[in-house]
Amino acid sequence: MPKVTVDGIEVEVPQGATVMQACEMAGKEIPRFCYHERLSIAGNCRMCLVEVSPGPPKPQASCALPAAEGQVITTTSEKVRKAREGVMEFLLINHPLDCPICDQGGECDLQDQAMAYGKGWSRYEENKRAVTEKYMGPLVKTVMTRCIHCTRCVRFAEEVAGVEEIGALYRGENMQITSYLEQAVTSEISGNIIDLCPVGALTAKPTAFSARPWELTRTDAIDVMDAVGANIVAQSRSGTVIRVVPRLNDEVNEEWLADAARFGVDGLRERRLDRPFVRHEGRLREASWAEAFAAIARRVEGLAGERIAALVGPMSALEEMVALKDLLTGLGSARLECRLDGAAVGEGAFGDRSHWRFNTTLAGLEQADAILLVGSAIRHDAPLVMTRIRKAVRAGAELLVIGEPRELGAPATFLGDDLALLAELPAGFREAARPAALVESRNARADVLAAVAALGLQREAWNGFNLLHADASRVGALDLGLVVPGGLAALAAEPPELLFLLGVDEPDLGPFRASFKVYLGSHGDRGAAAADVILPACAWLEKPGTFVNLEGRVQRSLRAVFPPGEAREDWTILRALADRLGVRLPYDDLAALRARIAGAWPHLGTPGLAAVPWSAPEAAGHAAPAGPTAKRTAGYYQANPILRASPTMAACVAEIVEGRRPALLEAAA
Amino acid sequence: MMLADRDRIFTNLYGFRPWGITHAIARGDWVDTRELMAMGQDAIIATVKESGLRGRGGAGFPTGMKWSFMPKEPKPDRPSFLVVNADESEPGSCKDREIIRHEPHKLLEGALLAGYAMRARAAYIYIRGEYVREAEVLFAAVEEAYHKGFLGKNACGSGYEFDIFVHRGAGAYICGEETAMIESLEGKKGQPRLKPPFPAGAGLYGCPTTVNNVESIAVVPAILRRGADWFAGIGRPNNTGTKLFQVSGHVNRPCVVEEAMGIPFRTLIEAHCGGIRGGWDNLLAVIPGGSSVPLVPAEQIIDCPMDFDGLRELKSGLGTAAVIVMDRSTDIVKAIARLSYFYKHESCGQCTPCREGTGWMWRVMERLVTGDAEPHEIDLLLEVTTQVEGHTICALGDAAAWPIQGLIRHFRPEIERRIAKRRGFVQVPDALPQAAE
Amino acid sequence: MKDFRDFAWTPENAREAERIVSRYPRGREASAIMPLLWLAQNQMREETGIAWLPLPVIEYVAARIGMPKIRALEVATFYTMYNLKPIGRFHVQVCGTTPCWLRGSDEVFRACFDKGLRKGETTADGLFTLSEVECLGACANAPMVQVNDDNYEDLTYETMTAILDELAAGRTPRPGSQIGRTASCPEGGPTTLKEVV
Repeated sequence: MPKVTVDGIEVEVPQGATVMQACEMAGKEIPRFCYHERLSIAGNCRMCLVEVSPGPPKPQASCALPAAEGQVITTTSEKVRKAREGVMEFLLINHPLDCPICDQGGECDLQDQAMAYGKGWSRYEENKRAVTEKYMGPLVKTVMTRCIHCTRCVRFAEEVAGVEEIGALYRGENMQITSYLEQAVTSEISGNIIDLCPVGALTAKPTAFSARPWELTRTDAIDVMDAVGANIVAQSRSGTVIRVVPRLNDEVNEEWLADAARFGVDGLRERRLDRPFVRHEGRLREASWAEAFAAIARRVEGLAGERIAALVGPMSALEEMVALKDLLTGLGSARLECRLDGAAVGEGAFGDRSHWRFNTTLAGLEQADAILLVGSAIRHDAPLVMTRIRKAVRAGAELLVIGEPRELGAPATFLGDDLALLAELPAGFREAARPAALVESRNARADVLAAVAALGLQREAWNGFNLLHADASRVGALDLGLVVPGGLAALAAEPPELLFLLGVDEPDLGPFRASFKVYLGSHGDRGAAAADVILPACAWLEKPGTFVNLEGRVQRSLRAVFPPGEAREDWTILRALADRLGVRLPYDDLAALRARIAGAWPHLGTPGLAAVPWSAPEAAGHAAPAGPTAKRTAGYYQANPILRASPTMAACVAEIVEGRRPALLEAAA
Repeated sequence: MMLADRDRIFTNLYGFRPWGITHAIARGDWVDTRELMAMGQDAIIATVKESGLRGRGGAGFPTGMKWSFMPKEPKPDRPSFLVVNADESEPGSCKDREIIRHEPHKLLEGALLAGYAMRARAAYIYIRGEYVREAEVLFAAVEEAYHKGFLGKNACGSGYEFDIFVHRGAGAYICGEETAMIESLEGKKGQPRLKPPFPAGAGLYGCPTTVNNVESIAVVPAILRRGADWFAGIGRPNNTGTKLFQVSGHVNRPCVVEEAMGIPFRTLIEAHCGGIRGGWDNLLAVIPGGSSVPLVPAEQIIDCPMDFDGLRELKSGLGTAAVIVMDRSTDIVKAIARLSYFYKHESCGQCTPCREGTGWMWRVMERLVTGDAEPHEIDLLLEVTTQVEGHTICALGDAAAWPIQGLIRHFRPEIERRIAKRRGFVQVPDALPQAAE
Repeated sequence: MKDFRDFAWTPENAREAERIVSRYPRGREASAIMPLLWLAQNQMREETGIAWLPLPVIEYVAARIGMPKIRALEVATFYTMYNLKPIGRFHVQVCGTTPCWLRGSDEVFRACFDKGLRKGETTADGLFTLSEVECLGACANAPMVQVNDDNYEDLTYETMTAILDELAAGRTPRPGSQIGRTASCPEGGPTTLKEVV
């Protein structure tokens, strides 16, 4: 552990630390543009110069210089001040001073550092450089004249997103950042380059010119577009969520966010269910809450409990799932099912919590030295799990895939699309020190689970058995026991008379044609279209909610805005409906509901990740699996009602998936 | 003070005789390479150290010492590499070209000996793309050497396996910087790397690498054959050996010539270049080491010994010994402004100060050529050069700054005169009027 | 061949490409991008008369060595010798850097101008493209011009005019010094090693 002196302060730094880190440990702020702790070191902006002795007489880039025993580092000398001032001046000479019309204004590193380290005036009297805009797709707006060539976006695309599609063309002062041939960047996490860009060269296209950062109200929330549970900040103004940005959590999403989570939020403003509807003579008609409840009550009356069932959708919070479970219990039914994709966990031999969790943990996955994917849709199911895998692969892990060949943004060996290959895995995988298998939920058939469990992926302080869920609600629902023996198929074989759909839009509801369907949700999508009664509820940012991510991590999301019209918080709707149906739910407010949850399921009562010991499933007797893997049917940008309602996601489908360029660009070309 | 013919290393510098291997052998190349290798690796490095040979590519780092940074026992999965810098692009420099097209076997033999001494597995010769015909010679010479068994599995019968590959650049001055050259060899843009790590630790493909100039490598066989004392006996201490001088500009007979280090400027020009165009009184200034070094006015350089220390005393440098001579007909501001354009054109664009500063400096220089500027802009320009100098990853920023600094240091009155003329002052006051006390 | 999407190595160049790739360690095929782009540009010259690299050709080369297209394009745009636009049959590259300028590169440019060549442009007959290039490393033989692969050195207005005339007439002028000296030997004969000559 080398000891160094920073401006007279002695600090001991970890082996391998840089001079910049040493300065930060000593409490010194070092300005920077190109350096980013999650990207490789470029050392090109030259803003972080400090004096280091022993060493050459010129100032050194602190981001790239290793801290060494006995170094004397000066960050406050005249030489350093002048160096920073000089770099700042150079950065600004060709940077347009168009801050009043720049979306980065107010959260711009260049603005902030110019204030702190700049001169305050310019001595540059030549013409400024202008650079043409570069089309990068529907999400990232470019104003390349503002680019300061830090190459963070280039490094992110290559190192984190695994898509080498962004580069710096030409050289010298003509250097230009662009995507290849100005095509849309085909990454599910491309929006992160907006956060990474220290200036206004890359900004969010969907929210261009819509708000200043200081006007926005920030609310901590949890993303529900997939099961990772990315920590987010919802930023709203006047009751509208303007944008969603990631919130740092090293154990979950680091500081990244997938594009659906970041940009799908404009779906909250479209196709909303803002009042109850009741089907009358085949057509859905607006109704009052009382009429809607009455319509349900008429069907419940005299109905045996086992004739009632419920399906639970992908974005439900624990609170409404518990309220629904309690309501059905009160009506005499235990028939709630969350496994809309047919996963075989939650019952029988795979009924232990350790069977449906991501046991390796997201951060732990980086330590894996061999990774097996069962199913190859991970870039769409969980883009941020794939970024962890990329890190592991960079560190030397081998990546094996059973499934259709797909571009994963990391070198991978595709073994073939036949689950029988589980029996013929390369010896290296089974003998790895830290092997991890990720079984897509839709491929979690009992025979597949048995085969993967039989691989023996447990080591000292290591469990490589993981289910890769795609639904934000799923692990919580499984923990609550929302399963019916035999699953969706069993329910379909014997359709209930009354079916509650808690935000359910994806599976084929054909088998339930004859059932009386009560849809509780936020968007007028497939579920609502099939419903007999629609109860308008909140989308996730409109309610406080508890979500359990694929690891089993309990996280709380806060309310950012209120729902439109007569829509109400989900659990309160169920609570009121229960009253109408003569069922007493023992909670009148959120605190009481959460107390009920904590009482019945202690591990769901406190935020955090509780350890779950591995329970080896008794899975003998399954035939070896065979046949192709099940495929994800939903497109990445269209996976749920919110995304389908989002104009931005529609643009993504057109421009990224279908490769159509916006009409204006075509006209220009 | 002049070099005797018997001490000249490059006896076919102008290509009066064919470059081919039989002629090269007749000139003494490749004759006892195996015996030289038998000296042993450490003895070769020691001899080069004792000879006082300093890198001929511009920086003048002691060559033997550079080799000694290489690992003594390379790991099998991390072989060592020699990279020969034949990316001769410094304005004024044209010496490596003559070695490559007329004496390629001196370079190849030197590469084998140097590579062997530093325990390298192979050498890559990175030749600038514009040297099309020169590269053709080099490719052919390498083929000849393989054919004779001088290179390959059992190089010169020594039992040592050594390969030489030629890699062509494609038009980028910056690739002459050693880490940019390595990047370029790896198939990337030639953008210099951060140091540390230094190439001797992690260079080409992350393996230990030494980058040497063509001339540095090509003189090695002669040093080993004739002894360190012979080489060290030429020139002055710390500035030893022979050197290829390249004289361009306003001399009567521009040429490339091998001379002793430390030859006085006047002798160099008189003996080989037929004197200054229009006579010595017509000499204005000299850029003595390639475009990157500051110019030196006539009166200072005439009797200066042309070596590292001699020119450093004049706040300039020997660089590549590319001597650009300018007589009194020269528009000196334009001459330097053209160099500023060169650096702007060749900046890789990576570091802020160089990317932005080279363009700024050039634009101001262009206005100074016509005097279209304010007097305070001279100091502004000078300060901008100091904001670039020493603040970049590689030395291109410094190289862009120094010529301008040299110009302002020595020709400030000329710049001021142009500004005053342009602004319409008929008479330029010698000093500003003093305010009454 | 209209949009160059069907560009492929000639059998001879396919072998040459293999030789080029073999100069670099296995797994380091990216090192071959520069020589391969050069090979492709030369093949373009042979096949179409114009030495340049259309995008599909760059993509073809990148695909041969498994390099992402954007990385290949970065390389192609960084180095000045890859022509990303069609050029004339003769690429007249006049060095304009200080050593050549001191010895009269302006006169060389004037000769070009008088023959109808304009900097950065191709003549209407597609014969000449004139570029001002940076130091080409023949400073002791300044001023100089590189036409395609050959240097013409020690130029004057008259000799440059003659060279352009020769080229236009379909003849190849003798490369090298135009004042009859050998390489960079002082005019009038060597001052060193005279007995060797």
